[in-house]
Amino acid sequence: MSVNKDFFQPDRAFNYDFESAGKPATGWRAADRVPEALVPTHCAFCGVQCGMNLRVLDGQVIGVEPRDFPHNRGSLCPKGVVAYQQVNHPDRLRYPMMRRGGKGGRLERASWDEALDYIVSRWQQIQAEHGKDAVAIYSGSSMTNEKCYIMGKFARVGLGTRHVDYNGRLCMSSAAVAYARAFGVDRAPLPMTDIPLTDCMLAVGVNVGECFPIMMQWIWRARDKGASLIVIDPRETPLARTADLWLPVRPGTDIAVLNAMLRQLIVDGLIDEEYLRARTNGWEEVRASVEPFTLEFAEKHSGVPAKNILAAARLYGRAARSLVMHARGIEHSTHGVNNCLACINLALARGQLGKPGSGCMMVTGQGNGQGGREVGQKANQLPGYRHIDVPEDRDYIANVWGIPVDELPWEGAAATEMIHLMADGEIRSCMIVCSNPMVSLPDNRVVQQALERIDPLIVVDFFLSETAELADIILPGTVWCEDEGTTTNLEGRVIKINQAADPPGEALQDWKIVTELAKRLGRGKFFPFESVSDIWNEYRVASKGGVSDYYGITWEKIDEQGGVFWPCPSLDHPGTPRLFTERFGHPDGKARMFPIPYAPPAEEPGGDYPFCLTTGRVVYHYLSGNQTRRLGFLNDQAPEPWVEIHPQAAAKLGIVNDEIVRVRTPRFAMEVKALVVPTIRPDTLFIPYHYGHERSVNQLTNPAVEPNVKIPEYKACAATVEKLNAPAVSPGTDGVIENFTPENAPRMFPYTIGETKDQPAKDAKTF
Amino acid sequence: MAVKTLFVDPSRCIGCRACEAACRECDSHKGESMVMVDFVNREVSVATQPTVCMHCEDPLAPCAQVCPVMAILITPEGVVQQAEPSRCIGCRNCVYACPFGVPKFDVQARLMKKCNLCYDRTSQDLKPWCAQACPTQALWYGDYEEFMNQRQGHPVNVTSFGEQSVRTRVYQVLPQETPRLDLVAMLEARSQTAHSSGQPKEEAWVL
Repeated sequence: MSVNKDFFQPDRAFNYDFESAGKPATGWRAADRVPEALVPTHCAFCGVQCGMNLRVLDGQVIGVEPRDFPHNRGSLCPKGVVAYQQVNHPDRLRYPMMRRGGKGGRLERASWDEALDYIVSRWQQIQAEHGKDAVAIYSGSSMTNEKCYIMGKFARVGLGTRHVDYNGRLCMSSAAVAYARAFGVDRAPLPMTDIPLTDCMLAVGVNVGECFPIMMQWIWRARDKGASLIVIDPRETPLARTADLWLPVRPGTDIAVLNAMLRQLIVDGLIDEEYLRARTNGWEEVRASVEPFTLEFAEKHSGVPAKNILAAARLYGRAARSLVMHARGIEHSTHGVNNCLACINLALARGQLGKPGSGCMMVTGQGNGQGGREVGQKANQLPGYRHIDVPEDRDYIANVWGIPVDELPWEGAAATEMIHLMADGEIRSCMIVCSNPMVSLPDNRVVQQALERIDPLIVVDFFLSETAELADIILPGTVWCEDEGTTTNLEGRVIKINQAADPPGEALQDWKIVTELAKRLGRGKFFPFESVSDIWNEYRVASKGGVSDYYGITWEKIDEQGGVFWPCPSLDHPGTPRLFTERFGHPDGKARMFPIPYAPPAEEPGGDYPFCLTTGRVVYHYLSGNQTRRLGFLNDQAPEPWVEIHPQAAAKLGIVNDEIVRVRTPRFAMEVKALVVPTIRPDTLFIPYHYGHERSVNQLTNPAVEPNVKIPEYKACAATVEKLNAPAVSPGTDGVIENFTPENAPRMFPYTIGETKDQPAKDAKTF
Repeated sequence: MAVKTLFVDPSRCIGCRACEAACRECDSHKGESMVMVDFVNREVSVATQPTVCMHCEDPLAPCAQVCPVMAILITPEGVVQQAEPSRCIGCRNCVYACPFGVPKFDVQARLMKKCNLCYDRTSQDLKPWCAQACPTQALWYGDYEEFMNQRQGHPVNVTSFGEQSVRTRVYQVLPQETPRLDLVAMLEARSQTAHSSGQPKEEAWVL
C-alpha cells in the first residue's frame, strides 16, 4: 500500500513529523532562547567521546551546539545530538528510595540520612557476620575516571572487600588482555586522526557505522585517498555495504579466517621478516602454527568462499600501510583474547605496529571504556594498570592510600563470576553503580535470581533501570553533564567533561555518595575529597610510574592541547599519541606473538537449533538502553527489538516480514518481530540487545565465558526460530553441539589468594 | 565566487538520522526536522538516503513559482526559504509542485514546512546543522572546488525528469565511475542467455 507522505499526521509509523518525538525538559519554545553560555564538554555515549558545546540558560541545559574538537570535527551522531535531553528528564530519579517493607515491599521516598545510615548499618552487620568479602561493588565505566577510581578505592579501603568489578568485563576485557600480553600496554596504539594515513583497513567484527558513527568520517577520509576496506562480519552492516570486500563469516569462527590470511601472507612472501626479527618474539612458533590453516580449512569453518579470503589476504598484505580494527564482534567470545591476538599477529607479521596510520586498533565501546579499566575498579587491578598480585604494586598503592599493605584485599571475582557468588549466598549485599546487569549480563533469568537473593541490593543510577527495579535502596546519581571530571576515549586521549547543570532534586554526584558512605563507615579520613580535582590529583599520583601514567596530565593541559594521550609521566611531557614507535611495553621492548589455535564457539548449531544467534547494537541506542530508550527521538527510531532472518531461511519456515516469531535457545524463548532481509548470513539470526524484561535478548544468550577474562559469549549461540503457532516446546539442548563440558569449562572464582588465572596472564601482569 | 552548498552522497549514508536529530536543534524551526532519511529498499539492502531541499536554481524554485501568495522567499544567494507563516494560506500548491517531494504540509499548523538551508547559520558562514552533525559526511557543506579536492565521487546538480531538467543549488554525489549502461543491449544479452542456458548463475557469496 502506498502512503502519501506529503502530509504530516501524528502517530504515523514514519517520522517526518514535526515536534512529536522527545523534547528537552524545557520544551522547544524555551529552548529557542539565546543561551547565556556555551559549556564545552563531550558526549556521554560511546568511546569516541565527541566534543560538544551545551547551551545553558538559567542553569538549564537547553540545547547543543557543535564543537570543533580534533577527533570529531564538530560532528555528532543522533545519540550525541539529543544526549542533553537527559538533563531534567521527567524520568530522572530525584530522591533516594528504599523498600521499608523489605523484599517485595514498595519503593518509598527516603531521606539521604535514612538511606545511607541503613546501608551502612546493614553492611557493618553483614561484614561482621560473614566477613568483609560478603559485600561487593559492581561498578561501570560510563562515568568519569574520578568516579571509577573512587569506586575501586571505596571497595578496597572503605569496605575492605576483594569483590569489586565493573561492566567493562562484558565489553573490552578480552582485547585489554590481548594487548597487555602482546605489547605490554593496553591501549589503541594510534589516534583516530591517523586513520587517513592508511592504505588498507581490515575491520573485524566492528560495526563502525552504528556503534562509532563519528569514526566513519576518518575511514572515509582514508578511502577518499584511495585506501581499501575489508570487512569481516556476519551481517552486511552500513560499513560493509560499500566495502571493497565483505567476508560474511559464521559467528565465532574469525580465527580460521585470520589465520588463513596470515598463512597466505607467508605463502605470498608478504611478511616483514626484518621487522619480526628486530621487534618481536615468538614469530617462528606462530609461523608453524598457521601452517594447517589452508584456505579450504578456513572456508569449511567460516563459511566464507576461499577465493574471497585469498583476495582479502592479498589486498591486506600488499598495502604498504595497513590497519586492523576490531571490536565486540570478536571480543564477545569464549576465545576473545585469542581472536584479538590473531588480529595482532596479522599486523605484526606485516611489520605495521608503530608506524603512523597503521597497525592494530581496538575500538573501545563504552563512554569511558578505556579509562574505566585503568583506574583500579577491576577485580585484579590497582590504579594505573597496577596488578593486585604484584608486591611492589601493592606497596605503592597502599602507601598512596595510607593503609597498611596487609589491609589491601587480593584479587576478587569478575563481574560474571560475582553473579554466581550472589546466587550461592557468598555475596550478601552489593552496590551496583552505573550498570544495568539485568539487561547486560547473559542468561538474565539467572541474574534476576541472584539479585533477588541480595539484601540489601543498592543501585546508584539516574533513571529507574531494570536492575534498579529490583533494588532495595535506590540512590539518585547524576548524568554526565551534571558533574565534572575526565574520561579517556578509545584512542587513549584524556579529555575533560565540564559541568553544565546542577543535579535535579536531591540527586548527588556519585563520588559524593561514596565519600558520604565512607564517612559513615568510619573510613572518612581516606576520602577527604572536597572537589573532583582532589580525586583527580590523587589518581595522578596513584597512577604515577604505572603503565597508564597520568601524572603529567593536568586539567589545564587537557584544555590547552585538546586532550592528552597517556602515558604522560611528567608535567612537561606532552603525552603520547602514537605508541610503540620505537619499543613495545615489555621489558625487552619487543612484542610477543602467540600461536592461536582454532576453537569453535562454546555452543554450535545442531539438531533442533539450526541457527547461530548473534547480538549487537543499533545506532540509536547505547548499552542497556536505560538512557537512550527514554530519549523520544532515539526510541522512536527503534522502540523494540527485532530478529533479522535471511529470506531463504524465512521462506523455508514460512516467515514473512514484520511477523511476530518465537526465537528459542537451549535456555529460553522470546517473541520478537521478524525483519526478513538479505543482509545477514542465511544460517545466522541477529537481535539487538538494548531492551529489558521480556524484550531482552540476554534471556537467550549463552553464559559461557572466556577462560582468562570471563567475558561472556554474546556473539554466538545455538538458536531456532519458529512461527508462533508452532507447538510450544520447553527449551532443551537437543542436538546442540556443546564444546564446553563440566571438565573443560573455564574455572570460576574462588582462586587461591595470590594466584591469577593462568601463567601467560601472570607474566604480563599489566591488565 | 565560490558558492557554498550541500553535497549529498548517499553511498556514505549509514542511516543514523543524526541529520534529523540535528535539524531539530536549528533555531529557525526548533524541534522540527526538515530533513528525511529513508531506506532505499530495506528488503534488499541497508542502503539509506537523506533528502534535503535541493534549492532549485533553474527553473527557479517551482514551489515558489506556484505559490499564489508569494509566501516562499528566495534570498539573493539563491536559498529557497520555507513559507512565510504570515502569508502561507495552506493551499499545498508547493507540495505538489516540488519535483523532489520536499515540502511537507503540517495540517495542524496549516503551514508548509521545508528546509531553508539553516539560513541563520549559513548566512553567518557556519555549516547547516545536518552537514555539521553528519558522522560520515554523507551530507557535506562547502564549495565545488573544495569538494573535488577532498573527496571522491562525481557531484551532479542537474536532475532530469523525462524531458524536463532541473538544475539545483544542492549537489547529489554519484559514484566515481558512472558507466553508461546500454540497457537495450543488456536486455538482449540477458534474454539470449536465458533462452540458451536457463537462469544466469549467481556466484555464491556465502557457503
